[in-house]
Amino acid sequence: MKKKMNEKIKQIIKNKHRRLIAYTLLTVLGLAQPVLAGGKDDPLLSKVMIDQLELRDADDSNPLVLEGQAWLGKDLHKLWLKADVERVAGETEELELQALYSQAIAPYWDLQVGLRQDSKPTPSRSWAVLGLQGLAPYFFEVDSALFIGEGGRTALRVQVEYELLFTQQLILSSELEANFYGQNDSNLGIGSGLSDLQAGLRLRYEIRREFAPYIGINWQKSYGNSAGYARKAGHDVQDTQWVLGIRAWF
Amino acid sequence: MSKQTTDIQLLTSPLMTRRHFVSGMAAGSALLGLGLGLGLEVNAGSVNASVLPRTGPSTLRGKQFDLTIGYQDVNFTGTPRVATTVNGSLPAPVLRWREGDRVTLRVKNNLSVDTSIHWHGMILPTEMDGVPGLSFGGIKPGEIFEYQFDVKQSGTYWYHSHSGFQEPTGLYGAIIIDPKLPDPVSYDREHVVVLSDWSDESPHDIYAKLKKLSHYYNFRERTAIDLWRDIKEKGLAQTWNERAMWNQMRMSETDIADVTGYTYIHLMNGVTPAEGWVGLFKRGEKVRLRFINASSMTIFDLRIPGLTMTVVAADGQNVQPVSVDEFRIGVAETYDVIVEPSAARAYTVFAQSIDRSGYARGTLTPDVGLTAAVPAMDEAPVLGHGDMGMAMNHGDHSMHGMDHSQHAMADMRGMDHSQHGMFAMKGMDHSQHGIVETPTQSETQKLGKAGLGSTREITHVASELGPHVDMRAEAPQSGLNDPGLGLRNHQQLHGRRVLTYADLKNLTPTLEKREPSREIELHLTGNMSRYMWSMNGIKFADAEPLQLKYGERVRITLVNDTMMTHPMHLHGLWSELETGDPDYIPRKHTVLVQPGAKISYLVSADAIGRWAYHCHLVYHMPGMFREVRVS
Repeated sequence: MKKKMNEKIKQIIKNKHRRLIAYTLLTVLGLAQPVLAGGKDDPLLSKVMIDQLELRDADDSNPLVLEGQAWLGKDLHKLWLKADVERVAGETEELELQALYSQAIAPYWDLQVGLRQDSKPTPSRSWAVLGLQGLAPYFFEVDSALFIGEGGRTALRVQVEYELLFTQQLILSSELEANFYGQNDSNLGIGSGLSDLQAGLRLRYEIRREFAPYIGINWQKSYGNSAGYARKAGHDVQDTQWVLGIRAWF
Repeated sequence: MSKQTTDIQLLTSPLMTRRHFVSGMAAGSALLGLGLGLGLEVNAGSVNASVLPRTGPSTLRGKQFDLTIGYQDVNFTGTPRVATTVNGSLPAPVLRWREGDRVTLRVKNNLSVDTSIHWHGMILPTEMDGVPGLSFGGIKPGEIFEYQFDVKQSGTYWYHSHSGFQEPTGLYGAIIIDPKLPDPVSYDREHVVVLSDWSDESPHDIYAKLKKLSHYYNFRERTAIDLWRDIKEKGLAQTWNERAMWNQMRMSETDIADVTGYTYIHLMNGVTPAEGWVGLFKRGEKVRLRFINASSMTIFDLRIPGLTMTVVAADGQNVQPVSVDEFRIGVAETYDVIVEPSAARAYTVFAQSIDRSGYARGTLTPDVGLTAAVPAMDEAPVLGHGDMGMAMNHGDHSMHGMDHSQHAMADMRGMDHSQHGMFAMKGMDHSQHGIVETPTQSETQKLGKAGLGSTREITHVASELGPHVDMRAEAPQSGLNDPGLGLRNHQQLHGRRVLTYADLKNLTPTLEKREPSREIELHLTGNMSRYMWSMNGIKFADAEPLQLKYGERVRITLVNDTMMTHPMHLHGLWSELETGDPDYIPRKHTVLVQPGAKISYLVSADAIGRWAYHCHLVYHMPGMFREVRVS
């Protein structure tokens, strides 16, 4: 009985702390609303999404790939982070981070502006970002962005995802990504025009909404000058990999 | 406390004091914690201990009441949780008042946060209405607030917290007011039946989840298997056409309830479906059942297989008796029905949620040992074109080949609104209030006659445009004759007569014979996927109060520009629902507005003050809310 009481008190204290932290945050951000009748309609929330955390079965190595996003904000305005990481044999081969301000501009669309930093591979590149993310008719999830870098570098990325439910928990997600560049970047083996295409099929089982292991297949191919650079470096132009991973959010 | 008397309704065992009863409730919780099966086993050996918690809360009578709001351990699912309760009881004790009395309610706050109690459906002074920020400042932790007002009405009402998200965690109870004059409804026995929903998740967590993934609780989404079946049955072309609207709107036809049985356990008088509330009767008695939907999010469809129900009151007000087999009770509505069980057998009181994801259950029985079969839930409904406010017959899913570009769907292309031509310029002036009004008295004659409803064309206002509103009903139909989503085919399918609002006629002639002097059109709006709710596209935090002049009589027409059913509650003033008979206009405090539909009611601004006006679904309420100011 005493234990129960203690737990209750702890819970109350915990709630109090949470509230205090929330209020402090809100006050600092100047977002505090008058407390009127009922709950707050637009609380400050955050969401972390690990869209892909997967091992890929490549010919000579097994890269570990992370694609994730996170946001902090309110209904129509959010601070949005995106990360793309690839590690091979304990070495980070690719590290791309985006920090964006996201503003809702239509019921299903957010306009995003901010910065992108590619720390790996080297030499590193910095970009300004203008993105459009949302849900297109026919339930296509779209994440697209225009990148403008130093020295007149430009890039365009379009990602489209579609989900097919076999059951409420068994879901097949198909994804297509295309990257275009305005000019050659020989240091990084990137050619102008359509540089690469990536297509993936991932079958996940949502143990609960927030957590799902998956298996899938990922195909990628380089095009144009990018393919030329790859050949010169002795890399494959095309690659198909089995993937095993988890998808989670909180 | 001394003035309170006790009454444990229809308990065959000797009366116990209130103290005992509360500990009985606690024992019940403890039993539940050990598993429902055990609770039932105890039943056989010791009737009193197990029957007590199954008969629901105690009743407090008199003119003076001491209510203490505090934390209470509960266990409905096997996991211990802390509820917020009145006097440690969930639901709160039934308050039994007499019409004409002046009641005093001393409410003590033992919570660590502010609290309040709103007397739902009561006509009373604005400062006694219990809405923090509008009526008063709320009740601070450790403080006592004394409510005092004259009881000027009779019937079935309820009370609940109007602070934060306290109501979902147990802060609700029934108010029963005995009439001064002889009751026009005769009955031998009565039971109060409080329906509610409980989640082990905290309301803040549920709200956050809905904001992060609005379909989080919907596990009835369309699958590839459904698609394959449709293609096989209807062919590819027709399936494609039927899916076109949903695909273009990016909405789900199975989006019936935001929060479902995935997280909710549905309660009848605080008792789980497995345990089952028990109400006793003697064969041949006329039993009055006073149903109250005190849920935070669950709209129920209620029936008692084997019994015809005669509806005698809606929202506390007597109506002309109408016999039905089934009725929908929206969140915050109340219905009184009479049943006359002629056999000495048990009957199941069955309240299934609108999306059929769960049910509350009880048993009407002449003997505590008897139970009746629990029916299977009916087929879960899907939304049709009519529910999206399109000009079609309800339930007609087969129309195809429509030009969906005209549907005022808000998408990227929708940003150019010039092609829609539906935003009347006169609405623009009022955009900051989000209200469209008929500007002058000269237009009065254009208003529909009192009792018959609006005859005006609806107008969408400019504030409905933007990322915060995902849909606008283009051709909303009247929700009056419509039993509602998921009930429309029950007559045909099951032979059940289902109540509609058109069945509701006041028992006594309309007192207020005046015609409305103006009409206020309000749109219920939202963005489902962002989980934002508003009225006329403006959420409460940004909205100006809706101004009514003291003494004026207006018509409010609600247009539901969403795909959800919204129970709209106006505090302090009656919502005189225009059900088609000007001479017998029923008075309600909460009105269900069906998806993509419209409905009208009259409001006499006869009480000065600041009144709350909102959707009673607790997670819609923070945004879909207006202050109504009568001055």
